[in-house]
Order: sequence, then structure tokens, then C-alpha cells
Amino acid sequence: MMQINISKPLHTADGTIDLHVNKEIQKGDFLTLFGKSGSGKTTLLRIIAGLETPKSGTIVVDGEVWFDSSKKINLPPQKRNVGFVFQDYALFPHMSVRQNLEFALPNKKESKKIDEILEIMEIENLSDMKPEHLSGGQKQRVAVARTLMTNPKMLLLDEPLSALDGAMRLKLQDELHTIHQKFGITSILVTHDISEVFRLSNRVFKISLGEVIDDASPSEVFANQNISGKFKIVGEVLSIKKSDILYIVEVLAHNEIVKVTAVKSDIANLNIGDRILLSSKAFNPILTKI
Amino acid sequence: MDTEFLQTMALTFKLAFITTVILLFIGIPLGYFLSQTRSRLKPALEAIVSMPLVLPPSVLGFYLLLAFSPKNGFGAWLDESFDLRLVFSFEGLVLASIIFSLPFMVHPIQSGFSALGKSLKEASYILGKSRLQTLWFVLLPNIRPSLLTASVITFAHTVGEFGVVLMIGGNIAGETKVASIAIYDEVESLNYDLANQYALSLFVISFAILLFVYAVNKSMLRSEFR
Repeated sequence: MMQINISKPLHTADGTIDLHVNKEIQKGDFLTLFGKSGSGKTTLLRIIAGLETPKSGTIVVDGEVWFDSSKKINLPPQKRNVGFVFQDYALFPHMSVRQNLEFALPNKKESKKIDEILEIMEIENLSDMKPEHLSGGQKQRVAVARTLMTNPKMLLLDEPLSALDGAMRLKLQDELHTIHQKFGITSILVTHDISEVFRLSNRVFKISLGEVIDDASPSEVFANQNISGKFKIVGEVLSIKKSDILYIVEVLAHNEIVKVTAVKSDIANLNIGDRILLSSKAFNPILTKI
Repeated sequence: MDTEFLQTMALTFKLAFITTVILLFIGIPLGYFLSQTRSRLKPALEAIVSMPLVLPPSVLGFYLLLAFSPKNGFGAWLDESFDLRLVFSFEGLVLASIIFSLPFMVHPIQSGFSALGKSLKEASYILGKSRLQTLWFVLLPNIRPSLLTASVITFAHTVGEFGVVLMIGGNIAGETKVASIAIYDEVESLNYDLANQYALSLFVISFAILLFVYAVNKSMLRSEFR
């Protein structure tokens, strides 16, 4: 279990904000940190890892003090025993996959463990390859495998799937889920992808401008805005054409062009390029599997 | 070939070799520090390291001459405490060369370290590796091309230096007379053939060294990421 109560001023594009988090995280949780870029979610992850130092506060994990500004305690990252998967994976380019894992192994006598993890992650066949020649998904797997070599207390994932395409993303989401189940390892994932939050985590912190504005299960946090009886999509007006007594408005919504009919009063305030909300109240949208 | 020619060439390369080895030990920590530090003193330190690039070698040589002179405080102290006379001696040449070639060693190493993403270092720390282990096993292997470039450029630059050597080393055969001084000396005494022999040797050797750097760096980069 981790108690974290920290604050740190952050210099972002929107000016200086104060990252302030006072929470408890339970053992075995899969927590996602969700928010826009610049909200402080990656910084929070780096603070937990010991890569950044908060201005004040405490971090206590299983009774062990990792950080306490009043007692001037700040455990270095080497002593925290966490696993961290970087956005760029940070595989050592001059070492093969096996050497990367071997380097991470605290006790060189346990080399059996390398083969075990290689097998669990299904990357035995990549063992002798250099990271340069791996695909994004393979790199991500090796990065996770490498963190597992130290038996970490906690797995910290900094948007590890953001660089991957859709299908690979889904597959690796499943794999992260499996690893979490298998090792029972407390995991914290930074993401700005709602589907990732739903597929992986049992708890989500929604972070905005340095504050945790929501803390609950994914369905509770996103209940109000995304899962509602109404159907709504944000779009952009591409054109407005007169057709007999009606007007046809072309709207770009999520890369699709949608044609919507409108009457004169509807378009009175509309200009091309305006952002608009497309919504439907009375009619149920049709679901078709593709 | 006469013995003095061989002696002078050998001295030239001995000076360059010793200077390069010592500078490698100075350049790695210094370049690493400069690439990592966020201290306010960084610009000042960078300026000091780079001074030999812009300063006329004779200026540097002049001040070193003053500093090392046994007539002055520092030189007298060295003489009394360590029996070390740095003016017109090989040891003095080595020290002067180290100062004069410092930027040629530090700059490539510093930019090599800077070009490595900070996540490599952080990943190693998180895996429990100390700073020294990280430097040795993770960072240095990944800047090998920079290390090679730095060493060879430093070597070549030390071979080619003239002003500093002339000021502080003088022209003592077998002790401080290096090839670039010898060329000047032979031309002064209208001995063009010998001057040409020195000049051509330096020309060929410098070209060979640079050719080696570019060829090896290319193949090293290739094999590194195979």
C-alpha cells in the first residue's frame, strides 16, 4: 500500500500550476492517471519512481518511507525497487534483448530467470536481436520483461502504448492485463486514452492542472460525460448549402463527413469552421459491428 | 633518415599519445558533468574549457611560461616541493598540451552524452544500478563514436600544435623539439629538404588519421546497431 501526499510546482505551457496529490493506493491496484498533456500525470509517475523530487510532502510504501521533506528523506530510484516502462522504452541500444534482461538482473546467478521471463513474454525468439531491429510492440514487451527482472513492487507505465497502432495496442493492453493478473503487481499507467482506462484499470485518477479532480472506478469517472442516453459528437462545420427550403450542413466528425439538414434558424449563427456539437435525443443510433 | 628526424617524430607522437590518454581521463568526467549539470556556473565552465579554441596559442604559452618559471611563486614552489621544472621540459609540454587540447577532447564527449536521451540513464538507475555502473556499462558504450572522434582529434591537434610548444618548450632536441617546431627551425636555417621531410610526414600522417576516424566511425555505427 502506498500513501502519497506531495506537492510540486510545475512549469507548463499554461503557466505555473501546483501538482498536488494526497491519495492512498492499494496493493494490487491497477490505477490509471488520465488527463491532458501538461496536467502533471507523468510528473506524478516520475515522482513515485524517484526521478523527480517533490517540493514537499511524504511518500510511504508498505511502511517504508520513500520521501519525507520534513525529515529530508529521499530514497534514490535505485533503492525504490519499482519497474518503469518509458515512453521511448529506453532499451540499451548496444545490448541484445537477452543482455538487456541480464543487465537488469540483480543476482547474476539467477540466469534461469531470464529464460523464464523471455518465455512468459513470448520473446525467446528475439533474444539475440538488438533493440534497433525490433518493432514498437516488441520493444514494449522487452521493456516490460526487463522491469520484471528485479521483482519490482510496483510497475509504472508512462504511456507505453501511445506510439503503437490500433491492433497492436489492443493486443498489448491484453498482455499488460495478463501480467498484472499473473504477478499481482501494483501498476500505475499514464494515459490519455479512455479505452485503455476501461480495459486495464480498476481505479482512475482524472488529473487536471495538477489536481486529482476525480478518483473512482473508470465507469464512475466517465459516467457523466461519455456514457449517457444521448448521442453526441464534436465536429467542425465544413460547408453550408441551400437546398430548396432546407439547408445541408456538412460536418467533419472524427474523420467522417456527416451531412445534416437544418432550417434557417439553425444556421443563423453558424459559420464555416465553427466547432459544433452533433447530438440526437429522440432517435437511438444504430450499432453495427464492423 | 637521420636519427634526429626519427627522434623528433617519436617525441612528437609520444607527446600526443600521453596527452590524449591523460585527457581521456579528464574529458570523460568533465564532459559528463557538463552534459548533465544545470548549475549556473555551467556557462563559465564551458567558456573556460573552450578558451584554447579562440586564444592565440602564444597567449596561452606566455602565461604558462610566466606561471611555470622558477622565478615566480608557483614555479618556485613546484621546483622546491617536487623538483619539477615545467619550463623547457617534456613534462611542461605535456601539461601545456593538456590545457591547449582540452576543448578537442571535451566537446565531442559532451555532445555525445547530451545526444543520449536521459531515459537510458534513468532506466539504469531504476534497475538499481549506481551512477558509476550506469556510466561504464550503459552510457560510455553508447558514445563510443564520440570517444573515438575526441581521442583522434586530440591526438592530431597535439601533433600539430606550434605556438604553445614554442613558448614553453623551446627547441631542445630529444626533449622538447617536436615536428612542427622542427619545420620552422629547418626553414629558418634554409634547410628546405629536411623541412619538407617533416612537413610531408605530418601531412600524410594527419590525412591517414582522419581517414581512419571516418572509416572506423562509419563501420562502428553500422555494427553497433546490427
